[in-house]
Amino acid sequence: MGIESQYMQYLFSGLTLGSIYALIALALVVTFNITGIFNLAIGEFLAVGALSAVSLRAIGLPDVLAFALAVLIAGLLAALMERTTVYPARKASVLTLIIITIGVAIALRGAALLIWGTHPYPLPAFINVPPLNLWGAVIVPQSLLILLLAVTAVGLLFAFFELTYVGKAVRAAMINRTAARLVGIYPERLSLLAFTFSGVLAALAGIFITPITTATYDMGFMLGLKGFVAAILGGVTNVTGAIVGGLLLGIVEAIAIGTLSSGLKDAIAMIVMIIVLLTRPTGILGSGRNSI
Amino acid sequence: MPDRRQLLLVVITLVILCLPLIVQNTYFLGILIVIGLYAIIAGGLGVLMGYAGQVSFGQAAFYGLGAYAAGILATRYHCPPLLCIAIAPLLPTLIALLIGRSILTLREHYLALATLGFGILTFAFFNEFTELTGGPSGLTGIPYLSIGSFVLDTDREYFYLVWLAFGLTLLGIANLTKSPVGRAFKAIHSSELAAEACGINCASLKLQAFGLSAFLAGLAGSLYAFWVTFLGPSPFGFTASMEFVLMVVVGGLGTLWGPLLGAVIIVGLAEFLRWAVPVVLPAAGGEFEIVFFGIIFVLILLLRPQGILIPALNQKDRNRKMRDRQCSA
Repeated sequence: MGIESQYMQYLFSGLTLGSIYALIALALVVTFNITGIFNLAIGEFLAVGALSAVSLRAIGLPDVLAFALAVLIAGLLAALMERTTVYPARKASVLTLIIITIGVAIALRGAALLIWGTHPYPLPAFINVPPLNLWGAVIVPQSLLILLLAVTAVGLLFAFFELTYVGKAVRAAMINRTAARLVGIYPERLSLLAFTFSGVLAALAGIFITPITTATYDMGFMLGLKGFVAAILGGVTNVTGAIVGGLLLGIVEAIAIGTLSSGLKDAIAMIVMIIVLLTRPTGILGSGRNSI
Repeated sequence: MPDRRQLLLVVITLVILCLPLIVQNTYFLGILIVIGLYAIIAGGLGVLMGYAGQVSFGQAAFYGLGAYAAGILATRYHCPPLLCIAIAPLLPTLIALLIGRSILTLREHYLALATLGFGILTFAFFNEFTELTGGPSGLTGIPYLSIGSFVLDTDREYFYLVWLAFGLTLLGIANLTKSPVGRAFKAIHSSELAAEACGINCASLKLQAFGLSAFLAGLAGSLYAFWVTFLGPSPFGFTASMEFVLMVVVGGLGTLWGPLLGAVIIVGLAEFLRWAVPVVLPAAGGEFEIVFFGIIFVLILLLRPQGILIPALNQKDRNRKMRDRQCSA
């Protein structure tokens, strides 16, 4: 395998994982800008979605129905989390809110452990097509599906923001909460929507990645954290940035795994995050604050 | 009422001194030692969070750095244990001072994430640099702590050492918070801008608090190394970092005894759940007691966001004050 095809391979595996990071980052950014909260439990919704999909499929539901139900479960769980913990504490300090979302994450992870145990659950690839060969790199079809999911999600999100009334209200709340309130938008009411949305998006990401990585009860912690890194890379206030940040992080990681050591993968993401936080706190896309 | 306070202090000290005489079980004695170690870490973090108003989700990294520094000094360079305990905490302190200057310019979420990232980075380091740390299989052969010919190889002796260290820590913190430096910390917590305007060098003071918290975590780490005589990376991961933050918050931010209370509650609760949950639900395996752990914390934070030590009435006042401040801001 030539050096070019090797880097091609890194690029594609990076884009695959990067799309997942981008989806998580997207969920985080939308929630953060509406509620002012970094939802540290995001990874657990991803895990719950993936594991529920596996279980629902195992009891004999057709794939599509199982996946839809799993996404619904994660969405409802996220809505429940918002109503029972985030909403009552919305006036508390940032620190309290961070710890509350961590507490929810621990509880959910424990519940997942209780229900599903520690062993990994596989899921067959969604479509049965032999791997493609592109410029010397091997691409599993599932990777392309993940890319497709990311593109679709982003497309739908843009349509939602641009074309619907609620979408415009969300955008207004993201740009300036106080000003939005002045024209009669309740950011608090949108908070429920934002959390549900983030749960749904995370669950989708989890279900799509499972055929590649398998699903475990603790899969969400690192993936969620990488989503944070991606969001920070993109500048947190910026939907486009979240996507670019996710893809970029995926590629950087893939190259690092290929050329350094796979054990340092997580360390590299953290180094990237700390460097960006310290040098470009507005993200790699620069000063374009609040642009969507 | 200083008299009642002094009486309470005497009672607490007596209880701590007598505990190892009553508790014969090594398992319970072990838990008490862990509580002492965690109380030292939480005490340092309490200064950082409760007084200087900065958060660190990477405290376990400093704990681990102290432990590994002590372990490596003792096994590889055959340093006398007491010297190790004196030197080892300097490593985390130095690292904290190095990274602190830039990291502490971040606020709220960003500070939380940056410190969390640092913690995970250090944890990966413990796992990956096997030549130095032994990696996942651990660092073995650390000797027991000995002073001359006196070897501290029983848990009871170690209990007294750890709690002596905690006592000194608490005394130091109590003095610190009454000093001009302590008052400056509180000023930073209330408003950095106002503190700067009064001529307080916020950046330098925040750095000092961060360094102190790292030093105390490192001290606890080096004490831990000579107690267990074996070091693996697992006690120094994100879960531990988060538990330290919880101890401080649950005990009550900005209170002297809060971190100790938090350490007692969190270690006690974790151990209790580890024992109780399998009794009630024998079918389930693994460490899923974390479900209840998570739920209890969310409840405490929802019901008593200022911590357990701060009276509820006082808390209402504080909330109102906080709201007023937000409105006027």
